[in-house]
Amino acid sequence: MAQTATNPKGMTFGEAGSALAFAALSFLSIIIAAKAYTPEYAFHAYLFAAAAGAAVFKIVDRYYDRPAELPPLTINGKPNYNMGPVKFATIASVFWGVAGFTIGLLIALQLAFPALNFDSAWLSFGRMRPLHTSAVIFAFGGNVLIASSLYVVQRTCRARLVGDIAPWFVVLGYNFFIVIAGTGYLLGITQGKEYAEPEWYADLWLTVVWVAYFLVFLGTIMRRKEPHIYVANWFYLAFILTIAVLHLGNNATIPVSIFSPKSYIVWSGVQDAMVQWWYGHNAVGFFLTAGFLAIMYYFIPKRAERPVYSYRLSIIHFWALIFLYIWAGPHHLHYTALPDWAQTLGMVFSIMLWMPSWGGMINGLMTLSGAWDKLRTDPVLRLMVVSVAFYGMSTFEGPLMSVKAVNSLSHYTDWTIGHVHSGALGWVAYVSFGAIYCLVPWLWNKERLYSMKAVSWHFWISTLGIVLYISSMWVAGILQGLMWRAYTSLGFLEYSFIEVVEAMQPFYVIRALGGALFVAGSLIMAWNIWKTITVGEEAAEAPALQPSLMAAE
Amino acid sequence: MSVWARHKIFETNSIILIIGVLIVIAIGGLVEIVPLFYLKSTIEKVEGVRPYTPLELAGRNIYVREGCYNCHSQMIRPLRDEVERYGHYSLAAESMYDRPFQWGSKRTGPDLARVGNKYSDDWHRDHLANPRAVVPGSIMPSYPWLATTELDADHVSEDMKVQAHLGVPYTPEMIDKAGSDIRIQATTDAPNADDLVKRYPGAQVRNFGGNPQKVTEADALIAYLQMLGTQVDFKLYDNKANVR
Amino acid sequence: MPATYKFLAEFAQTWGLAYFVAVFLAVLVYALAPSRKGRFDAAARMPLQED
Repeated sequence: MAQTATNPKGMTFGEAGSALAFAALSFLSIIIAAKAYTPEYAFHAYLFAAAAGAAVFKIVDRYYDRPAELPPLTINGKPNYNMGPVKFATIASVFWGVAGFTIGLLIALQLAFPALNFDSAWLSFGRMRPLHTSAVIFAFGGNVLIASSLYVVQRTCRARLVGDIAPWFVVLGYNFFIVIAGTGYLLGITQGKEYAEPEWYADLWLTVVWVAYFLVFLGTIMRRKEPHIYVANWFYLAFILTIAVLHLGNNATIPVSIFSPKSYIVWSGVQDAMVQWWYGHNAVGFFLTAGFLAIMYYFIPKRAERPVYSYRLSIIHFWALIFLYIWAGPHHLHYTALPDWAQTLGMVFSIMLWMPSWGGMINGLMTLSGAWDKLRTDPVLRLMVVSVAFYGMSTFEGPLMSVKAVNSLSHYTDWTIGHVHSGALGWVAYVSFGAIYCLVPWLWNKERLYSMKAVSWHFWISTLGIVLYISSMWVAGILQGLMWRAYTSLGFLEYSFIEVVEAMQPFYVIRALGGALFVAGSLIMAWNIWKTITVGEEAAEAPALQPSLMAAE
Repeated sequence: MSVWARHKIFETNSIILIIGVLIVIAIGGLVEIVPLFYLKSTIEKVEGVRPYTPLELAGRNIYVREGCYNCHSQMIRPLRDEVERYGHYSLAAESMYDRPFQWGSKRTGPDLARVGNKYSDDWHRDHLANPRAVVPGSIMPSYPWLATTELDADHVSEDMKVQAHLGVPYTPEMIDKAGSDIRIQATTDAPNADDLVKRYPGAQVRNFGGNPQKVTEADALIAYLQMLGTQVDFKLYDNKANVR
Repeated sequence: MPATYKFLAEFAQTWGLAYFVAVFLAVLVYALAPSRKGRFDAAARMPLQED
């Protein structure tokens, strides 16, 4: 390290600037808290004030503790990677994963046994369901994406992350957004748009964090020593950029007042519906697909120790996927008041999307060609390969359900829920588990995971859970759709709505059982990760992963 | 080639990648969204659709707050069984003042697009307080606090001001009288009811929530539910004129 | 406004289709050009060559 430096120590522009900005934010938040229209909003303003105050304290404290020189970009010619924020996001993803799955289990049980709503506003299904979706998509998935992207971009570019405070701001700021969003739902603060429930001030905060994320990621790519940008980074970049565009488009709201948590969206009715599902489906396409495909394109080759099956296919995969996905949104609005031409476009592009999706699946699976035996011995690789198989399955089911004739039956039913979870549990969560199991030993410099047997148990228990979940929801959904449209021989509707609800009960119980197994699997993972970090065997040769910069947490 | 020149090429490459991604993702979104704003056929010309009264708007915000859209759609598709079960298929015009739209994506409970006037206020009160008291097999959560929580009537005029700014035809008079309109609409045999109905044609005026002492959240939510889907008179609606 | 709709539909079915095909061909040419084979093969090995 640059101990010989004799430069006088001074605050960097970033340190001074962000400390000032946080101080101003803290001050503003206190004023807002004092004049807030609702106690819930005042609570959030106090949270902002406390977090911003803590940030000022931490920045100053860290400044006094650090050496005069900022950490060097390279040590002995090797990149001096900045893995502190990556570690934080990895742990956060495990925490939010377990939390999000558990809330999912609770709401699954609520549908089977409504007494579990406890007649409480905070715990009622309508508030818990957004909490579940946001916790698993944005908290669990988001932290996996941030952790893996900041890891992969450093390793494939052979460059240290850009920025000193910025990477920490991204990770901590993002998790603060999660806290604001989640507590907001419980308190009844919501925009009422699926997967975009956080209100205007949380959205603004996320925008700032996201811009910082984009700049850190892009800056690190620009710093790279390699001439080529590895394809995983393409997917990450498309994910970051597109989510920014979607977020701004779907959250274009005007607050009632700076002292009110409530805002109104500038789009209304049919236009709002179109913008919402343009956002909603591309949150699937770019958050839950492109981002996790990036994980596939790095972690599967790395773990299998062989290059991706076809790099050229991955390029075609990339452009075709991002080009086609953006059109698919209207398939959420078949037979609604959205004009037919838009529905037709959505259907056609959704069907075409099948091709690049399977191109990507083949590319991921075939990377294993010649090394299939590793599936027997390495449960982590098995998790990831099965995730790609689930990806293939749900990207086949998706286009099928986007056909208007199929959609007329499947829409509004639990079939959709089953489809979403075959993608979310089978693909997103499994590839995330694989990435977490890879990352933890690499980041904490351990020889291996604490227990491979536990990974195997995790795999089998949650696979059983997924099978119970999606099969019960398929049956429930199709039954629901058929019962709604069933006619008696006299030409009357055969079932009242409540009869269909009652018919769902056994399937909701089976689904909850599947969910319980999935939660159990995630607890095994959390235990295994904990053990690996605390008592895992140190890796033999220590790479140059020195604790170069004090972690803020 | 100097190091600097080499570096520059790399920089442009990542920028080219970004521009490529932006162009590619812009096309689909623009083609699908932009025409909805200027093709006049997007929203039918229909008589009867008016902005929400202050009480209905407050009720709608409670509907949004409690996440009703997670289980109830407000979009009847033009399919035989849905039209027979719920009523005339939904028109785009019927949600033209909806911010956010609440078409929903799941029917754990039934569609609510035309629930207005299907059940009595009493039924709604009992149902919200404990759904299983009136529908034994129901799995809906109970909302007992709605009938006891006083409605925040002070800020609704500000909500209307923002909506007016976004193009909802709220007049300054409507915004000025928002607070008193809430109380009038929630009162049975209110003396100024005619005034309110003049401003909001077809508005139903009575005590919805069952507590004459104060305007509760149940008043607002039931007022909203009772107007859902009742604005357009489908005996007069000519769907041939709006073939798209 | 049927004229506008008709115009848009015709535009999409002709120029739009041609544009899609052109973009797709451009991606194919970029990805499959023999001259880039070496570069892509090297890129594919990037995750395996760290440190």
